[in-house]
Amino acid sequence: MTKQIIFAFTLAVTLGIFAFTVNRLISFFRFTKPSCQIKDFWKRTLLTIEVAFGQTKIFRKPVVGLAHALVFWGFCFILFGSVEMIIDGLFRVEKSLKVFGPVYDFIMAAGDIFALVIAILIIFFLVRRIYGHIKRFEGIEMKPSSHKDANLSLTLILLLMISLMDMNIGYVGFSISEGTAIEGKYPVAGLLLPLFGSMSAHDFKMVYEVSWWVHILLIFLFANYLPYSKHFHVFLSVPNVFLTRLEPLGKLPNMDSITREVRLMMDPEAAFQAIPEPAVVERFGVKDAEDSTWKNYFDSLSCTQCGRCTSVCPANITGKRLSPRKIMMDLRSRMKEKGPNMVKYGKDFNDNRSLLRDFITEEEIWACTTCNACAKECPVNINHPTLIVDMRRYLVMEEASAPGELKIVFNNIENNGAPWQYSSEDRLNWVKDLELNTK
Amino acid sequence: MNTLKIEIPVMSELVARGEKPEYLFWVGCAGAFDDRYRKVVRAFVKVMVHSKVNFAVLGKEETCTGDPARRAGNEMLYQMQALQVIETLKQYDVKKIITICPHCYNIFKNEYPDLGGVYEVLNYLQLLNMLIENGRLNVKPEMFKNTAVTYHDPCYLGRANDIYDEPRAILKKLSDNVIEMERNKSFALCCGAGGAQMFKEAEKGDEEIFIKRTEQALKTGAKIIATACPFCMTMLTDGLKYKNREEDIKNLDIVELMAQSLEL
Repeated sequence: MTKQIIFAFTLAVTLGIFAFTVNRLISFFRFTKPSCQIKDFWKRTLLTIEVAFGQTKIFRKPVVGLAHALVFWGFCFILFGSVEMIIDGLFRVEKSLKVFGPVYDFIMAAGDIFALVIAILIIFFLVRRIYGHIKRFEGIEMKPSSHKDANLSLTLILLLMISLMDMNIGYVGFSISEGTAIEGKYPVAGLLLPLFGSMSAHDFKMVYEVSWWVHILLIFLFANYLPYSKHFHVFLSVPNVFLTRLEPLGKLPNMDSITREVRLMMDPEAAFQAIPEPAVVERFGVKDAEDSTWKNYFDSLSCTQCGRCTSVCPANITGKRLSPRKIMMDLRSRMKEKGPNMVKYGKDFNDNRSLLRDFITEEEIWACTTCNACAKECPVNINHPTLIVDMRRYLVMEEASAPGELKIVFNNIENNGAPWQYSSEDRLNWVKDLELNTK
Repeated sequence: MNTLKIEIPVMSELVARGEKPEYLFWVGCAGAFDDRYRKVVRAFVKVMVHSKVNFAVLGKEETCTGDPARRAGNEMLYQMQALQVIETLKQYDVKKIITICPHCYNIFKNEYPDLGGVYEVLNYLQLLNMLIENGRLNVKPEMFKNTAVTYHDPCYLGRANDIYDEPRAILKKLSDNVIEMERNKSFALCCGAGGAQMFKEAEKGDEEIFIKRTEQALKTGAKIIATACPFCMTMLTDGLKYKNREEDIKNLDIVELMAQSLEL
């Protein structure tokens, strides 16, 4: 009974803290702008199966991609066992999901094998991170705290896997010593058992009990650490893929507020017709975190900081300041900084700082070629270029600020309908003396 | 050899005569004004006339689609251009558009619909591929049969619109030696000109994107770098000049290879 009460209490605390964190994050979404509508449920479901569960984009780097995919698929099986542990803990039962019979055996066996596989892979990831000098784990946005966060997350996962393996060994060892039935199959535990040959049933029971508690408490800790970590993607990557912008990568979202103004300009008659004025005159483009869309912010929370975007960015690999990963990390940091104050003092809260300039420089924004390599590469379908162009929109339309050459281009397009200073009278000059050989 | 003078049908004249072409061929600003790229447009028109494609151009009525303005953040200017173009196309009841520039293709196909301009849009490579498949264009492979060719994917055909197969299908008809760069298709490196970069100096960095991409193309050992975008052409041709390779390596558009092999 005491165990049950302690468990229920810890679970309640865990869920309480988690709810607080998530509620805080949700309150920040209130300040963001609308994005694409979420329809095409089936298309999104298929995309989620393909990209999230099939891990297709992570396989764009095949070797390390396979390593990640194995960890992901393993987590899916192990999650089943974690749910069972919560049921067991709350209702003082043991192996409650054994009612699933052969399916249960299969899932438990998979979880047991994957615990070992994941532990080995996590060690590989840690060694690679610390000693591998992987270029995409470096960059101006990668602070010592970013590396600590990554290493801490990996260490927590490693401890989770070790405690899970201990738990299975304890359970199998105890059951065999006591001659009771083993629910589920545990091939790795069975293999490792001889190493603990001299242990008594009581010792096995202790190992089982202690590692059960260690494992579940680590899960509770991990769950509450994640929202403050780059590893939040454990929760958000699947929904983020489901919420992907489904349009072709080349398509920028239309600014309807501009369409209204341009139509009025082109057809003054329409001024007298009923074109509804927007209730609040909103800023054109993105200057600060709250000008971004909810999807941009969701993207920033889902970002794993893996740096695949940055590693394929033509600007970044030729030494420019732009790093698509930094854009996402900066949006998240800025919202974290400004969000609580907006909750307290309202959306108009002003701390004389902004996402653009205090976090992201104009130099970064103007270095983008809108080639979409970053968006194509992102394993969780983050879209960086739309946010970058939105910041350009702010600079150009609110501040009339752009590199000098681009201002000339704007003038040329406006005055002679081409980015260069040529007259439209010359548009057919290429036709001159055009002949076809007919033999 | 006999030659036939090509008269380019202009939309306003056709309509005045009561005729209506099947396609509007959108030439684009680079096609109209860039000396090098004019040759590409001429080659494409030759192939279209050769294959009896029924098209017309807007001529002096054509204007910028607004793409560079939009990508540079000037949504106001973009929409002014776009609504003006849509108005012109409405006047001629245009339903099908052929583009040669991938940036024009992307904007017609993906972005004008938001402003009420809905068309069937074909990129010239899709048209060429269609003509080949329909048997309206018979490729003569002799000229480039043994020439090593590599293809640079333009971002606005590739990643932006998933057009990877048509250019390769056409090239493979022309040459038996099409070599892929290490980074190809959706992995392709940008030439450095997209997003209005074409019109400005690059930001401070260690090297130029176009040189990096040229180096990747040179690494294949190909004698011809085939491109399919006016901006990519400018960038890679500059890259070849920078590398002092413009004598032995040629940067040609896919349709130029086609027109040359057909001796048009």
